[in-house]
Amino acid sequence: MKEKKKSSYLSGKEIRAIAKQNKKVMMALEAKKHRRAKEEEFVCEMKNADNILEIDDLHTYFFTDQGVVKAVNGVSFDIPKNKTVGIVGESGCGKSVTSMSVMRLLQGPTGQIYSGSIRFAAEDKTYDIAEMPISEIYRIRGKEIAMIFQEPMTSLNPIFTIGDQLDEVTYIHRPEATAEEAQARSIEMLKLVGIAAPERVYNSYPHELSGGMRQRVMISMALVCNPRLIIADEPTTALDVTIQAQILDLLRDLKDKINGSIMLITHDLGVIAEMADYVVVMYAGKVIEKGTVQEIFKNPLHPYTIGLQKSKPTMQSDSDVLFNIPGNVPNPVNMPTHCFFKERCDRCCDKCGGDYPDMIQVSPTHFVSCHLYDKEEEVNG
Amino acid sequence: MADITYERALARWQSMPDTETSFDDAALAAELAEKKAAAIETDAGKQPDPNALLEVRHLRKAFPIKKSLMGKVQQELIAVDDVSFVLNPGETLGIVGESGCGKTTMGRTILKFHPSNGGQILFDGQDITKYPPSKMRKLRTEMQIIFQDPYSSLPPRSTVGDILSEPVRVHKIVPEKQVKAYVLDLMEKCGLRDYYYERYPHEFSGGQRQRICIARALSVKPKLVICDEPVSALDVSIQAQIINLLKELQKSMNLTYLFISHDLSVVKFISDKIGVMYLGSMVEFGAKKDIFGNPLHPYTQALFSAIPNPDPDAKMQRMVLGGDIPSPANPPKGCRFHTRCPYAKEICKHVTPAYREVEPGHFAACHMYAEDASNGEQE
Repeated sequence: MKEKKKSSYLSGKEIRAIAKQNKKVMMALEAKKHRRAKEEEFVCEMKNADNILEIDDLHTYFFTDQGVVKAVNGVSFDIPKNKTVGIVGESGCGKSVTSMSVMRLLQGPTGQIYSGSIRFAAEDKTYDIAEMPISEIYRIRGKEIAMIFQEPMTSLNPIFTIGDQLDEVTYIHRPEATAEEAQARSIEMLKLVGIAAPERVYNSYPHELSGGMRQRVMISMALVCNPRLIIADEPTTALDVTIQAQILDLLRDLKDKINGSIMLITHDLGVIAEMADYVVVMYAGKVIEKGTVQEIFKNPLHPYTIGLQKSKPTMQSDSDVLFNIPGNVPNPVNMPTHCFFKERCDRCCDKCGGDYPDMIQVSPTHFVSCHLYDKEEEVNG
Repeated sequence: MADITYERALARWQSMPDTETSFDDAALAAELAEKKAAAIETDAGKQPDPNALLEVRHLRKAFPIKKSLMGKVQQELIAVDDVSFVLNPGETLGIVGESGCGKTTMGRTILKFHPSNGGQILFDGQDITKYPPSKMRKLRTEMQIIFQDPYSSLPPRSTVGDILSEPVRVHKIVPEKQVKAYVLDLMEKCGLRDYYYERYPHEFSGGQRQRICIARALSVKPKLVICDEPVSALDVSIQAQIINLLKELQKSMNLTYLFISHDLSVVKFISDKIGVMYLGSMVEFGAKKDIFGNPLHPYTQALFSAIPNPDPDAKMQRMVLGGDIPSPANPPKGCRFHTRCPYAKEICKHVTPAYREVEPGHFAACHMYAEDASNGEQE
């Protein structure tokens, strides 16, 4: 029996027991999502008026038959106004799920925001996105927060023209708009993202455009309603380097033009260093380090952040062997109670076997979650 | 030959007046075809380089995209056009380029997964271009490939042991009784635990699967391994593990790699020689220190400057290329890069630049380094 428990194999009986358990929780959360609520229930106050988004102890779980996958497990960070916050981490670390939680795009009933709050400062009010019923989310989604997806090939509908898809955004969020207004707005946006012949692109279908052009269309679609926050989920991963340089330049220019904030999700440290003001490093569903871009790149503290930076071959380095982090990301079901990075860490100490390390403040903006820095805290205190 | 640097050539190129003469495109095309045919003919008679493991001469691969009713090819997509290089044993040649530039097709054509449409492939001194499949089968033990996507290149219904021992049995690498011991030894070399022998591919993460793919390629003791973007589908920390493994194995087994990738920083790390491809043809080729120390072609320059630098203080003067890579079915006339080149002149739009040796061992195809231009510099 014990042998069986260790391996990832589950018997049919065990799966049914897990499914039954999960169903209760899922149904309760699903009912909460579809409830009718008065506005008071989800309007709240920001902790800091300079922030546009505050994520506080967010837990997003997937209730699978193999067990509960804690994809986002207590994530907290802020996005200040007019700043770019970069989120880095390897695949499966929960960076995309965090953004999906903010947009409330999780696939139910399996994917649910379990607890925590996401406070967003809209133009007039502050909403707690995590508490909002799904029927009210249109107030924010697409209008105040827009998203750019990774795969421009699959994110556009192949049977409608670009124009149809861009106009739709205006029709949904400004029902009083006429067809002419919508078209004018769409063409204006296409021009803004540097498309040379906006009228031609407006009338073409997605398959007629190249990858870079499609990504520009995706960006223009995100901009139609003048969003205050743009979430860019790996916007350049599917593109070639020369096209990536074009898109990054465009995003940088746009941030100033539209006067908004960007939440940039990527696994490429180079992109983060160029684009971001603040960096959040995630590992296995938790934030392990966060700070300004200078702090993270010049003075990385967490062994994972250090390893990640050293393992990336750069154009400047001349070493013969690449530094590598041994092992793999742990299995997302049944996470240990100690530090998730313990098995792969090269600076492990006795304390690492104990509780999960708390977030330790190193400077006003720099936080790290590692037992190595516990002592410093005591000395300083 | 005088020292030629990109800056000096560029300054010279920009100071030259743009030619006013009009070009006769048809005549130029005919002349080019004639030149190519002549070059192929003269090179075909040449003896193979005795030091080289792989020699590719004027390789060409075209796919038919439009056929007439009678099956005659009316239009073709030239995926690889006139590519030549020499690869010595124990070396790594990195091939970089954007998607659609023909780098994967080139790798596959060298392995004869597709028949080539011209040029020669010389492997270990023998011309394998016209080899029938029966003869190629024997050669398969010498040349192997590692694919990009470890998720789709392993059979889901075989155990790791089966996957790794099948090629060993088929090619009779070791006697039947020693197969298991041989495979276990190979697994250890590739960083796989011995108890993985009974497991199925779906039980492994991407990095482990790529190790299985590497072990499978090496199970027949090849001389040449074509790595087709082996790390692109992996995470950064896993990427480093796989690259280090490939380097270690190269040393211990004396392997020769043809490393295809779009990531310049990875190619820089692993390669001895680098070839830069654009729209099916090689635009620059040379030793690593030449390509990185003195990149000659404007496209190489643009590729280098496009890579994001993980240093927030570095403020690079970025050379951002406008536009997209043109369709290879309808490539631009003249220099194929002229539609995106910031320094293009009238001549670039009509005359295809010669691929020539600018420095010893450093080739480039650009009008900036044309014969008369460098002669002028010498005077």
